[in-house]
Amino acid sequence: MALYRAHVLICHGTGCASGGSPKVLETFREELQKKNLDKEVLVIATGCHGMCEFGPIVVVYPEGTFYSQVKPEDVAEIVEEHLYKGRIVNRLLYKEPISAQKVCHYKEIPFYGKQHRIVLSNCGYINPDNIDEYISRDGYQALGKCITEMSPAAVIEEMKKSGLRGRGGGGFPTGLKWSFCAASPGNKKYVICNADEGDPGAFMDRSILEGDPHAVLEGMMIGAYAMGADEGYIYCRAEYPLAIKRLQTAIHQATEYGLLGENVLGTDFSFDLHIKEGAGAFVCGEETALMASIEGQRGMPRPRPPFPAVKGLWGKPTNINNVETWANVPRIMLQGAECFAAMGTEKSKGTKVFALTGKVKNTGLVEVPMGITIREIVYEIGGGIIGDKKFKAVQIGGPSGGCLVEEHLDLPVDYESLTAAGAIMGSGGLVVLDESNCMVDTAKFFLEFTQRESCGKCVPCREGTKKMLDILTRITEGNGKPEDLDTLQYLGEQIKATSLCALGGTAPNPVLTTLKYFRHEYEAHINEKRCPAGACQSLLRYTIDPAKCIGCTKCARNCPVNCISGKVKEPHLIDQEKCIKCGACMANCPVGAISKG
Amino acid sequence: MVVGTQQDARSLVREITAPWKGKQGGVIPVLQETQKQIGYLSREAMEAISEELSVPLAELYGVATFYAQFHLKPRGRHIIRVCRGTACHVRGSAKIMERIMSMLGIEENGTTEDLRFTLEPVACLGCCGLAPVVMIDEDTHGRLTDDPAKLQAFLDNYS
Ligand SMILES: Cc1cc2nc3c(=O)[nH]c(=O)nc-3n(C[C@H](O)[C@H](O)[C@H](O)COP(=O)(O)O)c2cc1C
Ligand code: SF4
Ligand code: SF4
Ligand code: FES
Ligand code: FES
Repeated sequence: MALYRAHVLICHGTGCASGGSPKVLETFREELQKKNLDKEVLVIATGCHGMCEFGPIVVVYPEGTFYSQVKPEDVAEIVEEHLYKGRIVNRLLYKEPISAQKVCHYKEIPFYGKQHRIVLSNCGYINPDNIDEYISRDGYQALGKCITEMSPAAVIEEMKKSGLRGRGGGGFPTGLKWSFCAASPGNKKYVICNADEGDPGAFMDRSILEGDPHAVLEGMMIGAYAMGADEGYIYCRAEYPLAIKRLQTAIHQATEYGLLGENVLGTDFSFDLHIKEGAGAFVCGEETALMASIEGQRGMPRPRPPFPAVKGLWGKPTNINNVETWANVPRIMLQGAECFAAMGTEKSKGTKVFALTGKVKNTGLVEVPMGITIREIVYEIGGGIIGDKKFKAVQIGGPSGGCLVEEHLDLPVDYESLTAAGAIMGSGGLVVLDESNCMVDTAKFFLEFTQRESCGKCVPCREGTKKMLDILTRITEGNGKPEDLDTLQYLGEQIKATSLCALGGTAPNPVLTTLKYFRHEYEAHINEKRCPAGACQSLLRYTIDPAKCIGCTKCARNCPVNCISGKVKEPHLIDQEKCIKCGACMANCPVGAISKG
Repeated sequence: MVVGTQQDARSLVREITAPWKGKQGGVIPVLQETQKQIGYLSREAMEAISEELSVPLAELYGVATFYAQFHLKPRGRHIIRVCRGTACHVRGSAKIMERIMSMLGIEENGTTEDLRFTLEPVACLGCCGLAPVVMIDEDTHGRLTDDPAKLQAFLDNYS
């Protein structure tokens, strides 16, 4: 292999790619050639760094200089200054939002300081389209060790010892699940990777698939060996075209290297792997619906038992795990269960990847050790609330989850504590809300999602969620009735208790937890026809403070429906009947005399 | 690619279904590929698939209507997908949706009369860092506002 004195890593995750990183890469190649540096500097496309908001990201090694928001027109300067003359381009360094200081190196960025990147350790560091780079970072060593030195039972024992629990939402102990499938009689078994990533607003699995696809493949192979399966499926959302492409490349390369197919590495173990594109139904993330979908039917859940471990895909014993769960497997087998179990809390081991979004300064993908507090995630990794507004809640677990409030800030992130507080670990969606977010509206948003996605098989889920949504809509429009809150509570509990699958079984959670912690907000909407956060459009009122108004007429001239009256230099007045609440007046008032609420 | 006549649809379907003959699990991949080629699942194509795969037509429609991805009516030349995932919602995607609806004079999931645009909401597109996000065909546009002039400029790129 040729030796290079510098490596330029250009993020090609979905965030950066849509921000133009392929063009940046092309320009790097051209500029390096112009300067005759193309034999000395290697340009590599990588997966996501988790800082997509500041993309496109370019990292230059050996120094690890971290450039953010790089545009094609910046490339010539980086090549000329950094790669030719050895001077860092200050203007393109990432500016730390808390201290407003420019940060030079990857490892000095506070966003990464509290993180513990294990599953994501290769993401953003290697070229996901090149199997050699994965192998050079100890890739496929764990597989070799398992199939040549360990018995299937020993692999399962090691998994049990690690304490790894499913990362797809349920948190079921992985080793135990494997032992069920291994114990099932039959000589045809399947393993499946659940890459349907349903939570709207979360993209952990996508980044792993795009940034380190071989880790998922290797995990699945180890699992297949341990359970005696010889065929596997990766069920991936069709909305993730890049992830599917990278997986196809990975499977192709692994097959060429003799890591997939007949007699892997010269042993008796054989394994075939296929990719299935999902067809756009959230409920297909549920394991029995997912299998129905692979079989070509409508993706509707069926009652369990029988569990997939006994009767799964095409009636054969099957084991389904989530992308992140599979990606943890090679690391556990390579470093040993103790090493993995040393991280985290008593019952929640290892790390968890979260998609941190909402009103924090640093949004992105973060991997944290279990047991970290919500406060550390929001204030240290997230950098606190945008505009230094007041923290209100975090919504965790997406449409199946709930919210946590100020008093929970010091709660450790582990399966049991989150559940006890009324939220769930979920698959990794973590949305931070500030004082300007309305909790009724947030609950309504998630319920709208689950209501739309209900497969319709059972009545409580199909009709009950619709009823709840109608009530919530009424409340946000100012037509709520006092008895609505009890009805919501009652319906929520009924739907939870009687739905067939966890979609219905968890759909009321966002409503029930907001009712618990923010009842006063619901009451303000109902009794005072007021949205305390000023978010519900129908309840908004724009008013002009006559003491502050200087009569400049700017608001009246900008109002699209001409509902502001008043003479020049005299206080103006808004006709509430006609006002469409567009906010144009407030945006244009030079003295801040207009307020909403 | 647009396949015009009944004959074309049939031969196309024959090609697509060939590798799945006698195998399990072909229904969804075949529907996906057919839609990729013709743009939607026409009655002719559905009938042909039903025959080729020996799956009752009713069952085929049952599958096609269950999944959001399948379309039984012709769609616009360009597909606008407005993300309404959590991150985009929190940053105002609903306003963008409304603005585009009024600009094009269509509802959610509607298609303009000239078949230029189809407008669809989607759950998270996986680039939440750029919220709010709109995807037109394969291009992702991030950090949008509901400023009509800017949105119009985007749309003008697609004829
Ligand atoms: C409605 C619904 C949607 C789900 N969506 C997903 C998903 O997108 N990804 C996932 O890994 N698990 C999802 N699950 C959980 C799966 O049913 C299953 O528990 C999981 O894939 C098991 O893997 P794990 O043990 O590794 O977590 C969903 C469950 C339900 C009820
Ligand atoms: S709970 Fe809802 S999504 Fe689940 S099977 Fe019943 S209707 Fe379908
Ligand atoms: S909010 Fe809009 S419609 Fe209402 S008064 Fe102000 S400018 Fe006019
Ligand atoms: S896509 Fe580049 S940092 Fe996430
Ligand atoms: S929520 Fe819109 S891209 Fe994720």
